[in-house]
Amino acid sequence: MPPKNVSIRIDGELISAREDQTILEAATASGKHIPTLCHLAGLTPVGACRVCIVEAQGTDRLLPACTTPVHEGMSVTTSSAKLARYRRMTVELLLVERNHVCSVCVSNGHCELQSLATELGVTNVRFAFNYPKLDVDVSHPRYVLDHNRCILCSRCVRVCAELEHAHVWEVRSRGIHSRIVSDLNAKWGEAQSCTNCGKCVQACPTGALAEKGRAVEEMTKSSEKITSLARWRGAEA
Amino acid sequence: MKRITIDPVTRIEGHAKVTIQLDDNGRVAGTEFHVTQVRGFEKFTEGRPFYEMPGITARICGICPVSHLLASSKACDAIMAVRIPPTARKLRELVHAAQIVQSHALSFFYLSAPDLLLGMDCDPATRNIVGLIAAHPEMARDGIELRKFGLQIVEAVAGERVHGFGIVPGGISAPLQPQVRDHLLVDLPSAKAIARRTLDFFKRALDGYAEEIEFFGSAPMMSAGLVDRLGNLQLYDGMLRFRAADGTITADGIEGDDYATWIGETTLRDSYMKAPYFKPRGFPGGVYRVGPLARLNAIDQCGTPVADAELVEFRERFGAPAHSAFLYHCARLIEIVYALERIEVLLDDEQVLDKHVRAAAGVNAHEGIGMIEAPRGILIHHYNVDDDGAIVKANLIVATGHNNLAIGRAIQQVSERFVDGAKLTEGMINRVSAVVRAYDPCLSCSTHAAGEIAMRVTLVGADGEVLDDVSRF
Ligand code: SF4
Ligand code: FES
Repeated sequence: MPPKNVSIRIDGELISAREDQTILEAATASGKHIPTLCHLAGLTPVGACRVCIVEAQGTDRLLPACTTPVHEGMSVTTSSAKLARYRRMTVELLLVERNHVCSVCVSNGHCELQSLATELGVTNVRFAFNYPKLDVDVSHPRYVLDHNRCILCSRCVRVCAELEHAHVWEVRSRGIHSRIVSDLNAKWGEAQSCTNCGKCVQACPTGALAEKGRAVEEMTKSSEKITSLARWRGAEA
Repeated sequence: MKRITIDPVTRIEGHAKVTIQLDDNGRVAGTEFHVTQVRGFEKFTEGRPFYEMPGITARICGICPVSHLLASSKACDAIMAVRIPPTARKLRELVHAAQIVQSHALSFFYLSAPDLLLGMDCDPATRNIVGLIAAHPEMARDGIELRKFGLQIVEAVAGERVHGFGIVPGGISAPLQPQVRDHLLVDLPSAKAIARRTLDFFKRALDGYAEEIEFFGSAPMMSAGLVDRLGNLQLYDGMLRFRAADGTITADGIEGDDYATWIGETTLRDSYMKAPYFKPRGFPGGVYRVGPLARLNAIDQCGTPVADAELVEFRERFGAPAHSAFLYHCARLIEIVYALERIEVLLDDEQVLDKHVRAAAGVNAHEGIGMIEAPRGILIHHYNVDDDGAIVKANLIVATGHNNLAIGRAIQQVSERFVDGAKLTEGMINRVSAVVRAYDPCLSCSTHAAGEIAMRVTLVGADGEVLDDVSRF
């Protein structure tokens, strides 16, 4: 049986959506913009970053648009002073957690975190920087993982599991101690499951995963290729 | 004993403090030049991929980021064990010559000209670029235009005027566009005319500075600079030469890779700036200076016609080697002439437009050393990497570091001449500042330290009592 259509309101506008869609999908389909970061179309949404939060009538909680399914009669607000404040704060907290130094980053000018910060008007950061001492894994012959720039969005984990079916990446530990690890915490260069495909690099929104040898500002990515590959696979199946 | 501290020293890049110690008779017993900030670039780059170093170390300095980009990229080329494409080499020399022009223009017109044109005893409130614009608008305009010309080339090759990243390990990231080259050629004659005018003007003005020339750190000292096999001035490539105070060549043909055999480094109390010295003479006997004056002393000739004619005249007038630190200003102007001549040669060379500008390679050596002549003198980047290319150790020797000991001696000489009694006069503080400034020290670079341009002088008596203390920010 094909999924039923439901009627919802987004920012007051009446919209028809499929019942298997998320708020984000329904909003995007009707031309509305909700800021996102950990979400990459084509991969399973996980709601890791909370940048896509929206307000919904009937609940005080803010809901992540990328993981919350629509239902009949739902009414959501995608932009308000409160949401702007929360989204901004979320990005600020991402920036203080690790060492994001745009000026010397390989992804400077092509970074989703950076452009999101610009979009949300993060002109300064109000919290104390954490300055953790983190490693850079340069052991892979073609790619580099710099934990300083990782925001734990888990796109790399998902793209590797869902599209490459290699399951190289996992998230280790909890909270502030969380780290992306390859194989059972082996160095990436020693991870036997890695096929060197580079999908994780293309999916990564920041300079955390990059091609080796790229100088400052030289790492451009094409995450849209990941999306089209996922769509094509979906259509095939 | 009495002590004078000058803190901060103004119109230099960074933050400095000078202490002048007096003896029982109120005469200068000793001086110290301290740099009071540290930034630790060498430490926090450990573990990072080597090819990020040019971009990171360029952030040490906003005046000559290109110097760090070049020295660092050369060290990376060595780690990759590549010979960069000939066009890339030429473009690197081009961008380097351009930054010499802009940096020397900044030093001369913005930082030093106020002293030179408005006078050392002039009110500090107007003794700056703004006062200069009011009193000598044509000169100020020339300075701005010359600097703009240099920055245009930097922008054309490196991508941006200040922190462009076009200079990369293996070469240059993008070829030079023909229309950009043509545009630069159009502006070149006017830049050359400015350099001509300013040098002629300054040569005439020099007669009025007999006292400064005599007392501005004129102690004879060894000079170090890069030369090619023919003894020509080299800014981007070349081998290190040390020339003794009496003019004999002490050491010659030293490749960058070999610098550690000849240059030792020590630390000084109260200062974050390391003090390099000429190893065979030990510390502190092996004091030497670098930068424009030292380069002109070290070389046999510049290798370009106009600059060479100027060099001959300069040597006739002030001797070879010339010793007064005051002559750094003059040397800077001669180097601007040289750099513009080189820019012309390079822009006229069709090969600069070639599209092949970058060599690619991984880690082929565990060590890489890059040595260039930055505007302020020899700059060395020395990296050790592991098999995967992560930095294990980084050592940077910057121009102002080499001059550390020489600046100390110059301050001593100036204060012996101009400090009188237990009071700091404006003229005296400014002369001490000016001698520091003659070296155009870049303290941001030398401590890899950020900071305001500022200085503090303290005068301390024989019993340790602070007699006078003047700060300028
Ligand atoms: S490495 Fe990149 S893709 Fe993976 S979790 Fe970190 S930021 Fe996300
Ligand atoms: S985009 Fe929805 S939680 Fe990250």
